[in-house]
Amino acid sequence: MTEQHSVQQANRKLIKKLSLIVVGMFIFAVGVLPPMYDAICDITGLNGKTDNEAASAEDAVVVEDRMVTIQFLANTDPAMPWDFKPNTFSVKVHPGQIQKVDFHVRNPTTQLIVGQAIPSVSPAQATPYFKKTECFCFQSQELNGGEEMDMPLIFYVDPELPKSVRTITLSYQLYDITKSTDTDSLAAK
Amino acid sequence: MGEHHGPMKGIKRWLFATNHKDIGAMYLWFSFIMFLTGGFMAMIIRAELMYPGLQLVDPNFFNQMTTTHGLIMVFGAVMPAFVGLANYMVPMMIGAPDMALPRLNNWSFWILPFAFSLLIIAIIQSFLGIADAPNFGWTFYAPLSTKYGPASTDFFIFSVHMMGISSIMGAVNVIVTIFNLRAPGMTLMKMPLFVWTWLITAFLLIAVMPVLAGAVTMMLTDRHFGTSFFDAAGGGDPVLFQHVFWFFGHPEVYIMILPAFGIVSAIIPTFARKPLFGYASMVYATASIAFLSFLVWAHHMFTVGLPLAGNLFYMYMTMLIAVPTGVKVFNWVATMWKGSMTFEVPMLFSIAFVVLFTIGGFSGLMLAITPVDQQYHDTYFVVAHFHYVLVSGAVFSIVAGVYYWLPKWTGRMYNVGLAKLHFWASLIFVNLLFFPMHFVGLAGMPRRYSDYSLQFADFNWWISIGGFGFGLSQLILLWILIDVCFRKKGESVSDQVWDGAEGLEWTLPSPAPYHSFTTPPVVK
Repeated sequence: MTEQHSVQQANRKLIKKLSLIVVGMFIFAVGVLPPMYDAICDITGLNGKTDNEAASAEDAVVVEDRMVTIQFLANTDPAMPWDFKPNTFSVKVHPGQIQKVDFHVRNPTTQLIVGQAIPSVSPAQATPYFKKTECFCFQSQELNGGEEMDMPLIFYVDPELPKSVRTITLSYQLYDITKSTDTDSLAAK
Repeated sequence: MGEHHGPMKGIKRWLFATNHKDIGAMYLWFSFIMFLTGGFMAMIIRAELMYPGLQLVDPNFFNQMTTTHGLIMVFGAVMPAFVGLANYMVPMMIGAPDMALPRLNNWSFWILPFAFSLLIIAIIQSFLGIADAPNFGWTFYAPLSTKYGPASTDFFIFSVHMMGISSIMGAVNVIVTIFNLRAPGMTLMKMPLFVWTWLITAFLLIAVMPVLAGAVTMMLTDRHFGTSFFDAAGGGDPVLFQHVFWFFGHPEVYIMILPAFGIVSAIIPTFARKPLFGYASMVYATASIAFLSFLVWAHHMFTVGLPLAGNLFYMYMTMLIAVPTGVKVFNWVATMWKGSMTFEVPMLFSIAFVVLFTIGGFSGLMLAITPVDQQYHDTYFVVAHFHYVLVSGAVFSIVAGVYYWLPKWTGRMYNVGLAKLHFWASLIFVNLLFFPMHFVGLAGMPRRYSDYSLQFADFNWWISIGGFGFGLSQLILLWILIDVCFRKKGESVSDQVWDGAEGLEWTLPSPAPYHSFTTPPVVK
């Protein structure tokens, strides 16, 4: 009987240890992996998400002998009824040169809608070098039914941009966030 | 002893089962039923794809078929079959009376029918035109499964949670049994390779099933509780889903192949009448494959836009796995080398396993090369690859194991003539089914579509013929099992069963007694 008892105790000990691994791995998946992924993307610019804070353009030096093509894309989420397009589809800039472009939006419905644009830069390696000093994507945008407006974007390309990058594509996806606007800090994220 | 130690009468024996053989048998029958169910879905897929154009089902139902076919085969057929074999064989191989945690064992089995009922209810609803079943592929990538998933996605999420709990409990049971119930003298390095591979598989299971649970939990909160893990509108990222999923998913594919290595390593020495070549290297190779499986997940994601360094890292790590896998294949070949080989049915399936699994391994190596993966990604080449390793790999090994141990379980030899027919039909049709998929894949046919361009037409006709043939061949196995298990046909076998077989399970009578080793054997 004592032998059986000691086996049972050993079993319990082992089950406890194994359960710890199980709980630990669940926490790792939900609590560690997503922040780690965000941090890695933030440092490397991997998923093309640009900084959501205005960059300072003070120490930007214009490099006259280099040109970079910037292309603009504007898409809307299927659930978002706004018309959304860039007024300029493509510009050529010198690294360090400050450039302003406008995006046009129109709310064809009769209701007030709050929109939030999410930027994405391609190729990913250019992401950390694409600096925005002002962007409509920093806050949510409100349009009453039938209203339209031009939304400004002011940016420059960091002269440190790797030599291999000649074209940068900036894409915006516009989402309808009317429902969650009261409670939420979406724009701040 | 008397009545107290015998099985309960009638249905209670199964509902309240705590005996490792009863639970093992239920696992194996359950997985066989799921294999036929998932196989039936594959028949619908192949019938639709036999000719270009839309014939039988609409594209949405087609997608539901590919999704549930994958989920049922992975979680319902292959994994429970291995757990069933572990339940049945591990106590007999290490000289234990039963599994260490019999009640947990009962629970981990009985969760499964409920988990799969949920999935199948969704399909039945869809068939009756009430609501859509999950239609986003077995990998359920966000945002297809979060933002665009049908209402039944929540059934699916709950179902995956239950499968995960079942697998984790099964794995805990295997580990505790192996660590605490070995017979005196059975040191770790004397354990049969099936026990070793299952020990390592069990550790993989408890490490990654919680990650899968985490992935579906994040899906659930994204769908209903306002979080944005995978939703770009709220600051999340759908690519994160793929990282989390494949962090689970790659170890998962080794969960489905390591026990297969163990089964084949038991069978080949028996019929080559030589001890397994390189036992220790087999153990270390298994452990290295398991370790490396955590470092290669992004090779499923070469086209999402990883940085160059990431692409190179995952490419080299993936190719590195070919080294321990090659060690295993060479060891099996070296075991057969100059052996006194005979070709009984388990051996036929094992040799087919070695050859066909190696083909699947080679196409895996091709897919590991980042630049060429850009072409192969999401084509039928990938479908060919993973069906070679999972059908002619994992499933063939399970069938080999069943033919190998069935006489020990029932005390009777099955119909060998029919079993050989089953083997040759399976072998021919499985290759007719999956080999041409390499060609249509390389030619650019994408996976997961209900239709295709005309230039793929003839190949797909042959693939469908292979599919129907392979599906029908499995009914031979069903008949063989009914014949020997329920109709009690077949000659009685000796305790040894196969003259070259070694291991503790062959020292037990045939059929094996209800409680395996009531007094522990001494292992020298």
